[in-house]
Amino acid sequence: MSNSGFTTVAVINPPLPGRRIVHIDTAVNSTMGLIGGFFEWFGNLGIFFWQVLRAAVTPPYEWRELIRQLDEVGSKSFPVVVMAGSAIGVIISLEARYSLSRFGAKSMFPATLVYSVIQVMGPIITGLVVSGRVGAGISAELASMKVTEQIDAIEASAINPYRYLAATRILACILMLPLLTLVSDGCGLLMGWFAQTLVEPLSFHQFIQDGFKGATFSTFLPQTFKTSVYGLIIGLIACFQGMRTRGGAEGVGRAATNSVVLASLFVILADVVLVKFILVVFP
Amino acid sequence: MATAYDIAIKQEKSEEDGSAPVVAVESLRKTFGSHMVLNGISLSVDRGETLAVLGRSGTGKSVLLRLIIGLETPDSGSICIHGQNIVGLALDRIGEIRKKMGFLFQHAALYDSLTVAENVAFPLVHHRKDMSSSERSKRVKQLLAEVGMEGNLEKMPSDISGGMQKRVGLARALALDPEILLLDEPTAGLDPISSGEIDDLILKLQRERRMASIVVTHDLHSARTIANRLALLDQGNVVIEGTFEDLQQSDIGFVEDFLKLS
Repeated sequence: MSNSGFTTVAVINPPLPGRRIVHIDTAVNSTMGLIGGFFEWFGNLGIFFWQVLRAAVTPPYEWRELIRQLDEVGSKSFPVVVMAGSAIGVIISLEARYSLSRFGAKSMFPATLVYSVIQVMGPIITGLVVSGRVGAGISAELASMKVTEQIDAIEASAINPYRYLAATRILACILMLPLLTLVSDGCGLLMGWFAQTLVEPLSFHQFIQDGFKGATFSTFLPQTFKTSVYGLIIGLIACFQGMRTRGGAEGVGRAATNSVVLASLFVILADVVLVKFILVVFP
Repeated sequence: MATAYDIAIKQEKSEEDGSAPVVAVESLRKTFGSHMVLNGISLSVDRGETLAVLGRSGTGKSVLLRLIIGLETPDSGSICIHGQNIVGLALDRIGEIRKKMGFLFQHAALYDSLTVAENVAFPLVHHRKDMSSSERSKRVKQLLAEVGMEGNLEKMPSDISGGMQKRVGLARALALDPEILLLDEPTAGLDPISSGEIDDLILKLQRERRMASIVVTHDLHSARTIANRLALLDQGNVVIEGTFEDLQQSDIGFVEDFLKLS
């Protein structure tokens, strides 16, 4: 007899004609369960979104908490967005210089850097960085409040937690994402130019003039403001995962992890849709 | 068992003659999945009265409080506050009724990112917009003095003991001058001296404010000290309701066992 558990099981329990049907049945049930869970999650997310929306548009408005959240999402994400944006600028600069040189198109460097950073990398990198920092933070905070009955205490004090906790955080994400994207773009361009200048001097004025030649507001604005949708996704998923947490410290950790994974995934998926949408609406 | 029609008629009558108790639950049922927690219980509390709800763990005592304040929805039955059934009310209507209630959670549930003073001020900030910040801070100091915590205004909840957290939770529950006070295990996890202090505090507040109170507890000694009436729950039903003497005289096996082991 082999030492492996699989062989042992096979010898003790030889395959029977009925067992295969049982296995298929179990697999079908488990798949159906997964599909059911997927739709249930989306259904609950939809209900949660509706409750938040309804709470957000009816008074009283939680201005003080909104301002606190704008600071929490905006100012406190600033350093990490600056670093991520700068790194992306340098990477694109290094890659673009090498690639463009091979094709004898070095004069295209400023435009390549500007378009790559502002249209492609800046928004998505900002979305992912904020999803990691803010999404996890919101989710863990709300999950911890949930398991220690603080959310119940808010509700027992006749304060709507959807308005006070969720709407303010989601709105802060929606408003701050485009601003953080502008910061990330700015840092990316500056550091990209700086990396280029170290190898081959180019005045910043010339770089900007060449980079933005022929560009209009509609070239860049939709790409920047699409990040408000990322903000909605990050805030909504983080609040949803946090406020439905169960199971103590383990539940808090699970909520934070799930929130980051799901928000990052949905930000990337939303980008696919938004890029196509922007290309159609702003050709 | 009372039907929905009976409940409505009773409610209408009590509203008409003004005899409605402050809190009245009738035929209340609640299940979680297949687990029946409350199996059609009926209880009522008048102004100035304290009802202690006793029972083993998992008999639905805390669920009863959560149902009364609207944090859970019953499967059937009615919960009347001043004669008004709150079951099925919209969230903003329930909000108005919640302003008349104070709730002390089992673990105090203080907001851990706010100081003691900010915790107590929290309901005032949201519901007493007419109060200036100096009036609010005066009121917070007064509430904290009432529970013996006036020297801890700027401390964080994590920096104070469990008993002190309960006191702050009580001050927060009293912030809006509630007519109804719901206390979930106010002495759980406290040493006998702190438990006695919390009991004395609840008695003092009852004398001064004459609220209708429901206290959920395991602590028979505490229940006997602070409550006018006691209700013993088992398997989702009220086994007996009355004074401590009524419980002592009961020949129901469960009641005898509970008193003997408590």
